Amino acid sequence: MPSLPPIRPEDEAVAEKVRLHGAFDAPAELPHDPARTEYLLRLGDDALILGQRLSEWCGHAPSVEVDLSLANLSLDLIGQATLFLGEAGDADQLAFKRDVLDFRNCWLVEQPNGDFARTMVRHLLFSTWQHLLYQRLSASTDPAIAGIAAKGAKEIAYHRELAAEWVVRLGDGTEESRARTLDGLGWCWRFVPELFEVDEQLADAIARGIAADPREIEPEWRSSIGAVLGEATLEVPADTRPILGGRRGHHSEHLGHLLAIMQYLPRTYPDANW
Amino acid sequence: MSDWPLWEVFVRAKGGLAHRHVGSVHAPDAELALRHARDTYTRRQEGVSLWVVASAAIIASDPDQSGELFEPAADKVYRHPTFYDIPDVVKHI
Repeated sequence: MPSLPPIRPEDEAVAEKVRLHGAFDAPAELPHDPARTEYLLRLGDDALILGQRLSEWCGHAPSVEVDLSLANLSLDLIGQATLFLGEAGDADQLAFKRDVLDFRNCWLVEQPNGDFARTMVRHLLFSTWQHLLYQRLSASTDPAIAGIAAKGAKEIAYHRELAAEWVVRLGDGTEESRARTLDGLGWCWRFVPELFEVDEQLADAIARGIAADPREIEPEWRSSIGAVLGEATLEVPADTRPILGGRRGHHSEHLGHLLAIMQYLPRTYPDANW
Repeated sequence: MSDWPLWEVFVRAKGGLAHRHVGSVHAPDAELALRHARDTYTRRQEGVSLWVVASAAIIASDPDQSGELFEPAADKVYRHPTFYDIPDVVKHI
């Protein structure tokens, strides 16, 4: 069998340009830096999934003011997701045409809203982590990640304050609000260790200075959460067996349902416009 | 929530301008009133500073007294500075 002639550089240049775009379920062109792409997906998916979750409150919040607050939080997060996923590839393709096993978000953000107390507890735990992380990421060796994180840190600083205000009021509020906040804390606390998990992929990105090491922010996270819960007259729950796997595509049953709703329109009417 | 008190919201659009009343929000306390005001009235870069005031703290004039309070000013045109020539360089008076 004759060997093929070597590929000429001019042909190779053309070949790069004829990759299929927009094919159903075809991931967009990803840059050949798996550790960076993987990290961008983790950051982007966390923001996207929590943004989608919060948007479920739209029209259902306890008052019109709270409705607007939650929608604002949601839009901040979806904006960050658009930027992170846009760095990983085609943000729309990645958001709307990936399947559940390809999502890299943590378990905490995909948890159902439950009641308002659980939503606020989840937001306190997550946005405190996200804020500390973004602050460190603004010194990332990757200029795109550093830029998105620096912009996002200002938005998330507000999320963190707002969530803390609510958790203090609900925890130190009525008997019912306190019981609901404790329930929310019990629901969410299992998913905390995953926030500080470092697997092989992440270790690689940390070593190259692209990613921030979440283990370094854990003491500050714990003391910050402890202070808010203290003010809310609640005790920090005992740590339980960690639930891990979101970063590698193992998710709770809830994520598939969330995606079914979020992805319905673009999958039913591909490339629909308005 | 129906049992939350009402707060009046004032927004300063730019440094140097006065705070203007823009509306009201319900909130359980002053700190959250400020956050609700931020989320409700400054989402589109409307302001650089916010005030909230408990609506209950505002002392309002009685509409039934508007005759005695405001009508006497109606026929006193000499109180308007309209009898002076305003220099062209003075823009806001």
